[in-house]
Amino acid sequence: MECLKICFLVILVPGPVTGDGMWSHSPPPPGQESWVSFTADTPPSSTLPAMHPSSVQESTTIRTVASAATTNEIQRQSSTYDDPWKITDEQRQYYINQFKTIQPDLTGFIPGSAAKEFFTKSKLPILELSHIWELSDFDKDGALTLDEFCAAFHLVVARKNGYDLPEKLPESLMPKLIDLDDSAEVPESTADVGYSASPVEVTPNKSPSMPSLNQAWPEMNQSNEQWETFSERSSSSQTLTQFDSNIAPADPDTAIVHPVPIRMTPSKIHMQEMELKRTGSDHNHPTSPLLAKPPELSEEAKLPASMKFVAANAVGDGYSSSDSFTSDQEPITRQRSQSGTSPEALKVVAPPPPPPRPHPSHSRSSSLDMNRTFAATSATGQPQSSTIAYPPAVPPRPLPTQTSAPLTGHRVEAEGVSGGGAVLTTTSPQQIPQQPNFADFSQFQAFAASEQPSSLPEVDKHSEAGQADKAPEGAGPLRTVKSDGQADERASATVNSTKGSSGPLAPPPKPVRRRLKSEDELRPEDEQHGPQKSNVIAAVLATQPSIPRSVGKDKKAIQASIRRNKETNTVLARLNSELQQQLKDLLEERISLEVQLEQLRPFSHL
Amino acid sequence: MAVCIAVIAKENYPLYIRSVPTQNELKFHYTVHTSLDVVEEKISAVGKSLGDQRELYLGLLYPTEDYKVYGYVTNSKVKFVIVVDSSNTSLRDNEIRSMFRKLHNSFTDVMCNPFHNPGDPIQSKAFDGIVSGMMVQTG
Repeated sequence: MECLKICFLVILVPGPVTGDGMWSHSPPPPGQESWVSFTADTPPSSTLPAMHPSSVQESTTIRTVASAATTNEIQRQSSTYDDPWKITDEQRQYYINQFKTIQPDLTGFIPGSAAKEFFTKSKLPILELSHIWELSDFDKDGALTLDEFCAAFHLVVARKNGYDLPEKLPESLMPKLIDLDDSAEVPESTADVGYSASPVEVTPNKSPSMPSLNQAWPEMNQSNEQWETFSERSSSSQTLTQFDSNIAPADPDTAIVHPVPIRMTPSKIHMQEMELKRTGSDHNHPTSPLLAKPPELSEEAKLPASMKFVAANAVGDGYSSSDSFTSDQEPITRQRSQSGTSPEALKVVAPPPPPPRPHPSHSRSSSLDMNRTFAATSATGQPQSSTIAYPPAVPPRPLPTQTSAPLTGHRVEAEGVSGGGAVLTTTSPQQIPQQPNFADFSQFQAFAASEQPSSLPEVDKHSEAGQADKAPEGAGPLRTVKSDGQADERASATVNSTKGSSGPLAPPPKPVRRRLKSEDELRPEDEQHGPQKSNVIAAVLATQPSIPRSVGKDKKAIQASIRRNKETNTVLARLNSELQQQLKDLLEERISLEVQLEQLRPFSHL
Repeated sequence: MAVCIAVIAKENYPLYIRSVPTQNELKFHYTVHTSLDVVEEKISAVGKSLGDQRELYLGLLYPTEDYKVYGYVTNSKVKFVIVVDSSNTSLRDNEIRSMFRKLHNSFTDVMCNPFHNPGDPIQSKAFDGIVSGMMVQTG
């Protein structure tokens, strides 16, 4: 069993610097035993030696012996140029078994710590293990996938055998191996020669390494996408520095690897971001053509190390392929999405401007205001109109005159002013006081007669004036509706006045009689006045209910009635004052008459 | 490009330092050491929102007549210092940022290696490769 393992080791070393001969079925170097012990399984076949570096070694015999397993392997071996680093199937199986010991799930990861422990058992210096890790942890995630583990293991084995570690991961060790390994290959006859120097040459041969990609070219057709993805993925890792400038923003690449949420709603910021991404994607794309170039190059430089790239392309394995596809799709989808959104964004340009704000003014509020104003105006208008309606044209004031003759005219005028008709005029002569002393009375009477809401009797100047005042006052507030009432009142008043005037028609022969008569006249006049007043008041009151009770006219009616009442009040007040004055006058006359009487009496006493 | 690149650990001892003109390294070492003061100052300046809001890229720490020193600090207080020759037509700020970004990525890769113990000098060939790529090509 151990020998088999040795064979493993042997395989690894095609034309190693040390111990060529040792390897072929030779007892394992002492150092291997410990290592061997740490491996659990042992590949059964002795074909191992033949498997691997057959390309390097020309031992067909070995090949034939070893490659009993599969013709494919043989083909690979014959065709493989690269490979000291190629992992044979047995080896791979071995590695897989080892992997299972750590991680049962073949699709899972081996965490870094576990891997560290595992590989520390190989007794390699930490530095070298660290380097191996760097090489093998392709995606730099701190964990090893199956492929990565195999690669690491392979490198460990190689190192154990004294093989210098390459600077770059050999393509055959790239994740996703074997299947795509077949490739094309240009057999490298010089592989042997160059191989010993390969690790050294690896670094300097960056350019030739790229060309070597062509080897896998036929296979790469399958994995073209993987290339691109690899380039993206490996951009930050051990990719050729030449590409660094192109791939340069490793961050942007890696950053772009993950799906980027794209806002569907356009915005300035978003558009800028999209543009940036587009440019970033553009950056990414140039890498693909670059990657495509190497395969096109048809050199085959043996150096497996360079192949890192090629291997990436060449090898397409389940795990990494899936990754590559996903990652590959991502940029594509991203681009599509970007392209999709970009035109959309462009179309939209900018969010449509919000609908123009309704004018702050002249909306409801304004309309309301206007309405209010209109309402106000209308309201004011109405009251104004109503008010306007209120004060009808003021009738011209009658010219006050105290003469009896003109009194009649006065009365006539007054009557006329008041709107009295011929009726008053006719009655007025009857009312003419036959005595100048009773002019007042007549005036008073006239005043009383005209003491109607509409017409005001003319007694004195002030009475007349008052009448005049009152006449317009009465006329003003009154309405046509009430004019009838006024007419009635006047008629009644005139009738009363006529009745009242009939009494005083007979001029008293003596002033006493006159006085008495006047008094009598006064009384009846008073009575007349009273009744007149009462009549007036009654008339006024009568007229009030006559007012039609219309909704719109209620106010007016009430107002009119109020005014009439006020007028009647004023009239009555004036009457009162005038009567009192007349009373005073009469008293004075009485006193004078009594004095005269007393003067006359002494003579009678004689 | 860069004349000297250094990686300083959280405890302010170097994890990695390399300069192109291999002679006169001492000068660069000294420069890097003095630049740490400026870095500390900048770190402590943004004391309010530790970490997240703090910009990783510190920018030009201080220019001298011969060269300029740029700083970058990670969230784990690992500092990167790049010394650039002043005679070199001024590299744009973006370029410096990209250099730092690459450095940071490589450093992260190194850290991911289970075989690397944080605090150990960085002995990754990949990291070396990156750094070499950023160094002045004349060297």
